[in-house]
Amino acid sequence: MTTTLFRTGSGGLIDRSRPLRFTFDGKSYSGLQGDTLASALLANGVHLVGRSFKYHRPRGIMGIGADEPNALVGVRRDDARYTPNLLATQVELYDGLDAVSQNRHPSLENDRMAVNDRLLSRFIPAGFYYKTFMWPHKAWDRLYEPRIRAAAGLGVAPDKPDPDSYTQRYAHCDVLVIGAGPAGITAAMEAATADARVILCDDRAAMGGSLLSAASVTIAGKDSSVWLDESLAALARMPNVTLLSRTIAFGYYPHNWIGLTERLTDHLAVMPAGRPRERLWQVRAKEVVIAAGAIERPLVFPGNDRPGIMLADAARTYLQQYGVSVGRRVAIVAAHDSAYRAAHELRAAGIAVVVIADIRSRPAVANPPDCAGTRILSDASIEGTTGKLRVTSITLSAGSKRETFACDTVLMAGGFTPSVHLFSQSRGKLAWDPELQAYLPGQSAEAERSAGACRGRFALEEALADGMEAGRAAARSAGFATGVEVHGPAVTVSHPIGEGGHIGATSSSKGAKDKAFVDWQNDVTANDILLAAREGFISIEHVKRYTTTGMATDQGKLSNINALGIVSEATGRTIPEIGLTTFRAPYTPITFGSLAGRARGDLFDPARVTAFNDWAIEQGAVFENVRNWKRAHYFPRPGEDMHAAVARECLQVRKSVGIFDASTLGKIEVVGPDAAEFLNRFYVNAWTKLGVGKCRYGVLLREDGFILDDGVVGRLAPDRFHVTTTTGGAARVLNMMEDYLQTEWPDLRVWLTSTTEQWSVIAVQGPNAREVLSPLIEGLDVSAEAFPHMSIADAQMCGVPMRLMRVSFTGELGFEVNVPSGYGAMVWQAIWERGKLYDMVPYGTETMHVLRAEKGFIIVGQETDGTVTPDDVGLAWAIGKAKPDFVGKRSLARPALAASNRKQLVGLLTRNPQIALEEGAQIVSPSAPGTSIGHVTSSYHSSVLKKSIALALVRGGRARIGQILHVSMPGGSIPVGVVAPVFFDPEGKRINV
Amino acid sequence: MLLLECPYCGPRAEIEFRYGGESHIRRPGPHAEVSDAQWADYLYNRKNLKGEHRERWLHAAGCRRWFNVARNTVTHQVLAVYKMTEPCPLPDDTGAPVGDPSMTPGTAMGGAA
Repeated sequence: MTTTLFRTGSGGLIDRSRPLRFTFDGKSYSGLQGDTLASALLANGVHLVGRSFKYHRPRGIMGIGADEPNALVGVRRDDARYTPNLLATQVELYDGLDAVSQNRHPSLENDRMAVNDRLLSRFIPAGFYYKTFMWPHKAWDRLYEPRIRAAAGLGVAPDKPDPDSYTQRYAHCDVLVIGAGPAGITAAMEAATADARVILCDDRAAMGGSLLSAASVTIAGKDSSVWLDESLAALARMPNVTLLSRTIAFGYYPHNWIGLTERLTDHLAVMPAGRPRERLWQVRAKEVVIAAGAIERPLVFPGNDRPGIMLADAARTYLQQYGVSVGRRVAIVAAHDSAYRAAHELRAAGIAVVVIADIRSRPAVANPPDCAGTRILSDASIEGTTGKLRVTSITLSAGSKRETFACDTVLMAGGFTPSVHLFSQSRGKLAWDPELQAYLPGQSAEAERSAGACRGRFALEEALADGMEAGRAAARSAGFATGVEVHGPAVTVSHPIGEGGHIGATSSSKGAKDKAFVDWQNDVTANDILLAAREGFISIEHVKRYTTTGMATDQGKLSNINALGIVSEATGRTIPEIGLTTFRAPYTPITFGSLAGRARGDLFDPARVTAFNDWAIEQGAVFENVRNWKRAHYFPRPGEDMHAAVARECLQVRKSVGIFDASTLGKIEVVGPDAAEFLNRFYVNAWTKLGVGKCRYGVLLREDGFILDDGVVGRLAPDRFHVTTTTGGAARVLNMMEDYLQTEWPDLRVWLTSTTEQWSVIAVQGPNAREVLSPLIEGLDVSAEAFPHMSIADAQMCGVPMRLMRVSFTGELGFEVNVPSGYGAMVWQAIWERGKLYDMVPYGTETMHVLRAEKGFIIVGQETDGTVTPDDVGLAWAIGKAKPDFVGKRSLARPALAASNRKQLVGLLTRNPQIALEEGAQIVSPSAPGTSIGHVTSSYHSSVLKKSIALALVRGGRARIGQILHVSMPGGSIPVGVVAPVFFDPEGKRINV
Repeated sequence: MLLLECPYCGPRAEIEFRYGGESHIRRPGPHAEVSDAQWADYLYNRKNLKGEHRERWLHAAGCRRWFNVARNTVTHQVLAVYKMTEPCPLPDDTGAPVGDPSMTPGTAMGGAA
């Protein structure tokens, strides 16, 4: 086993018998099972892990958890599995781990962008990009922004698809406890003992929180580690408790809906095949206990960002939990008593603590008897630090005396900030506690309560008791009896955490030569915030956006409170007067994969296919997407492009017969004694007199008078209608029918059933359609006399129940065969075989579009755009004029909808029949070429008519028939003739045969 | 994600529901007696309240029934859930958005929803 110079001889929760190899920036190191990447690097004496965002200053590991601002790394498993911007403090070490630093060119030790710090920083203060790169305007896109983005920035995302799978789970519980530190564990235990279903989650691999780094602590007469192990084992045995480690609660949403992500495989050296990488838990909790702990606060002083300068309690935790010495000669700058606890424990491990510089007047704990050899300064001022890639000295002054101490590590004990993120996300109101100098959870908005350090109960005995009380209260609120009151366990602590703390910049920060950082990750200094205040940015929300403090991936976990303190001092207002920026989800970055879960690839937006899909694929159909449906667009023969295939399909339908899959059209069965009255009120048409066995073309408006949908409605019985809708409108129309039936006309006795998926629909269109179908039809005379155009009847085909409609969207003799979907493929095959006698062609949606355009039939969504009335597209004839009411009727009487110069549907013909207009092209009058008077809605080459045809909406269009207008085309505008919108068989002779 | 209590199915997650806008809006009629301004008000104007709101919800992925929810749009607190054919059970305090709690049912949104 290789020696790692900064690993202590004993102690910690690492497994010293299991060494692990890993690389950082290509260099090989050794760590231990149980390490994080950060603890393993520190054990090897590596503090320098990153370059800062803007100034490219060398940066070291500062913290121990989710608040780490500097140690952002990329972890690479293979080309597709590269995760940027991970916190080294959260990456669990595994054998072979391959990590790289970020934002350095070319290396951490030698970053040429560091010129930003030495030479350019006075030109790039807060808000520099709002001031500096104003001119010329075009240079912003081409020069400034790309350069700034390349110089600043974080890791690079992989460019390959994510090969891992992610899973999602919904869960309900009585009590969700977030955070498994002392308060969380006692809360979970109390709630679970009361029989509540409990979920306890914690973001770290091991549960225990601060107990994992406790030294010389007893709880209920046992060593704290024994108490912790026994408590967790007891919880694990309870069937009503779910323990989730490596699980972060990232978001608190309304009605106690909490998002958790559980990391399942990232800590493993070998990814097990088939196992998901992460699991997203969406938990609905009756009650929530937030036991999120506190975040240690750094101190703001000049040169406070050199590698080797870190948080004091983090350093203590590296020692106790990982057996890692953060340095050999440590200086501690203190505003909180916890500095002395850290000093004690570091000294006990043989680390020299050369000085404790307390910026406060000498506190009571400052003179412990075993601190011999450590200088203790009070009322100290921190003047600065030196060191290029690692801190080498700190200069302190106390009174008039100024001293420089050689050191390799500086620890900052600025106090603790309660982690109120989730509470604040839940919209609870924060309350400023002037005694603790902290925002604490105030009035709750959800069924939740906070416990322990996250509400200022920092001392261990307080946290344990607070957790118990919170767990009991949560269980009671969830409806469980909790028995008699009990007291928290007895606790002995050799060095209590104590009190104190400082907010804002320390006194020496003002006017100092070196930068005093507030936000390490976004390179925001105390002077930047003072500058913002001087320039008039008073609101903390404005200060945040102007300086970018708190806007990095750590979301200001370390920086927000100090930034507030600086603004407070600069503006002479109290911190509660300044307020607080909003805490938003996610608490820490989460993967897109966990949010997407299984909804990827084929399951992202599942395709709908008809019973004839396989057949169409066999025939070589080219498909198009219509909403979620896969529809055959055209059926090319070898050597044909779309134009040739469509031309052939159109000619053959008009000449003989074609077969078309119309299954995707929406179908709704409308049944009941008031069915006809319902349709009267719903569609523009009159339905009362529609005979049984007859069909009618229906037009549906929105209440504002514009066309929403259309389709053929057939009457099967006095109280039964078969309603068809457009493919895209099927769900919309059913929803709207249900809406009106339930909320506007609940007196009507009508039942609605969506039958879109129940029927396969085979359209057979063309002069030979009857010849193809009639031998296959059982029990129905389909002669012209017995079954005229717009008839409907139930019969049989191939022994299968069939609903036959004689309808035409082509202008040819046409039938639509509806058979149960399970029989669709069989019936289609039978019709197809029979159709071969007539050279029947399969045709797709493109031919359908061309054939209907030749007839001037509109397509909703193509000729209409939500601003088109029935009269605009020549459908005024469909309106039941005598009806007192229907949806949209009152709107049609509004002046704007009855105006004569509305855009109306017309046909357009180009002079050169080979030129087809561009759909969407604007139309102008030669007399007023600057003003658009309409646009082309549909345009095709018609092989039947041997010319191009187009439909258009043109202002006052019907009065312009015969005129020449101009249409914008890519090569310039061209003249077109305005004609009636029916190009083929205007008398409709071909339908009635 | 809200937890809504469908009056027909019980408490369900918001993902099963579809929002239907402000409730208790009378569809004016008969048409001959409705001015253009009244009709435009019905078509286009909504209160867009910050605070206690009476609104329509559809249990789209459940029983497909419409019902009313009285909800605080700031806190998401659900004050009452009631059927389309029922008046709002809350006392009609001043400033409450319900024009006339006895006016039932609510109205469809004319395809705009």
